[in-house]
Amino acid sequence: MTDLTKLTIADARDALRKGDVTSAELTQACLTAIDAADALNAFVHKTPEVAKSQAEAADARLKADDTPDLCGIPLGIKDLFCTKGVPSQAASGILNGFKPEYESTVTTHLFDAGAVMLGKLNMDEFAMGSSNETSVYGDAVNPWKVDDRKLTPGGSSGGSASAVAADLCLGATGTDTGGSIRQPAAFTGITGIKPTYGRVSRWGIIAFASSLDQAGPMTKTVRDSAIMLRAMSGFDPKDSTSANIPVPDFEAALTGDIRGKVIGIPKEYSMDGMPAEIAKLWEDGTVMLRDAGAEIRDISLPHTKYALPAYYVIAPAEASSNLARYDGVRFGHRAKLDPGDGITEMYEKTRAEGFGAEVQRRVMVGTYVLSAGFYDAYYNRARKVRALIKRDFDQVFADGVDAILTPATPSAAFGLGEMADADPIKMYLNDVFTVTVNLAGLPGIAVPAGTDASGLPLGLQLIGRPWEEGDLLNVAYSLERAAGFVAKPDRWW
Amino acid sequence: MAIDTDTARRVAKLARIRVEDAALPALAQEFSAILGFIEQLNEVDVDGIEPMTSVTPQRLYRRDDVVTDGNQQAAILANAPDAREGFFAVPKVVE
Repeated sequence: MTDLTKLTIADARDALRKGDVTSAELTQACLTAIDAADALNAFVHKTPEVAKSQAEAADARLKADDTPDLCGIPLGIKDLFCTKGVPSQAASGILNGFKPEYESTVTTHLFDAGAVMLGKLNMDEFAMGSSNETSVYGDAVNPWKVDDRKLTPGGSSGGSASAVAADLCLGATGTDTGGSIRQPAAFTGITGIKPTYGRVSRWGIIAFASSLDQAGPMTKTVRDSAIMLRAMSGFDPKDSTSANIPVPDFEAALTGDIRGKVIGIPKEYSMDGMPAEIAKLWEDGTVMLRDAGAEIRDISLPHTKYALPAYYVIAPAEASSNLARYDGVRFGHRAKLDPGDGITEMYEKTRAEGFGAEVQRRVMVGTYVLSAGFYDAYYNRARKVRALIKRDFDQVFADGVDAILTPATPSAAFGLGEMADADPIKMYLNDVFTVTVNLAGLPGIAVPAGTDASGLPLGLQLIGRPWEEGDLLNVAYSLERAAGFVAKPDRWW
Repeated sequence: MAIDTDTARRVAKLARIRVEDAALPALAQEFSAILGFIEQLNEVDVDGIEPMTSVTPQRLYRRDDVVTDGNQQAAILANAPDAREGFFAVPKVVE
């Protein structure tokens, strides 16, 4: 078997079970590909020793029947997940040297299922960014390229997207607070799903905005997302917002039959200045789903416009609280102190040195909107608007809509550094189509559906009913089959 | 709402992030731009709407009030920048 790293999770699973390939071989192929791809800066902490020993254990397990789907499958893990004894620093200088004494629930589930960890993946610092340019490790790079420029893989799960698109691993974990799985998936021509809030435990995932954060898989196909999501999901008593409901077999939901499903097309997502290519992609996707037998219905989500401003109150507010723990006392970086410095100077210098500019900006904006006299005007108002955004979705689902189709991003991947002089809000607009889903706690998936004029991948987003990831994945599967996106980046790294 | 440099200084202090005086005007300008963007929310009629406090309509999970772990002093101190004699060490906080 050649090109082992190009296998999907589903195909690798079948080959492993048949004995056509071993996990050791598959893992070694990925480790070799990773070592040859330093130019992408996707893997920032490589863990070949862990990988080899997990692969060996998986091969022993595979000799028995009834192994879990992920047994022996090599994966990349976003740096936001705490992995025992392995650096986990959310791409931040403030967690320099931090090696957790515990394992996140998601990675515990994955390892229990026999998955192999190849290493930790680059990301925006504390998942705050849409281009992977705020990382302490430097930019992750998109394997897609159309000219001399290096392009962003998107963010915050930029390393995950780059690694999966470049066939360095078979799948990767991501996290999504405002679009951080779906936007990078769209920028790199892969699939990524953010499940319903509460489906996947947040325990052991370094917190950004706790009411919005949710982990999910980033994979080469919709089927792989279904397989990996099932393994990541499940009730966890250690996460107070984890849902105590059964996890269905999402892969079994992939029938490809969407006849009679009602797909909503929200008029508010047709923004002023939308590039013609994005509008056309959206229209093409609509036609594909109609041809597959779905009923297309125009819908309205009237508060869409206010999602981004509400997000930029709520997410920084929660971040300012969550990131208060980085004080130089219990873990991570502590600034060198001058004679006479007390504890306040220690906090202030540590946080100024340890946090990058974007994280500092968001912590301070969050501090401001929560401060005395502004709490009602900003934070409570944003939470009310959030309730209205959720109500918009509740109403269309109550009217019989099964899923909603939108563009995933307002553009294809842009060049690294191109937004450096732009005002922060310009970067925030990357999440304009994805952020509503986090505010409403819904599942959302990005599926590659076409390319722009230069040949860069573009994605469409499907939004589903709460807890109906199986149905959502099935609609995505139908769209994936109709779109037939199979292009891969030419190897230049 | 425009943020002046005094407000920027106060916010940095509240957030426990040291910002040099020379950097305050640029910071104030960034805050003003972000808050200007946020102020669109004032257009929304929120009369009678309760602020969202829970993403999914469920009660927070409760468990029995019993000790579930402990005796992990070494693990807890393992990542500390400065740990001595079983404690986190910090600069003097009381005179």
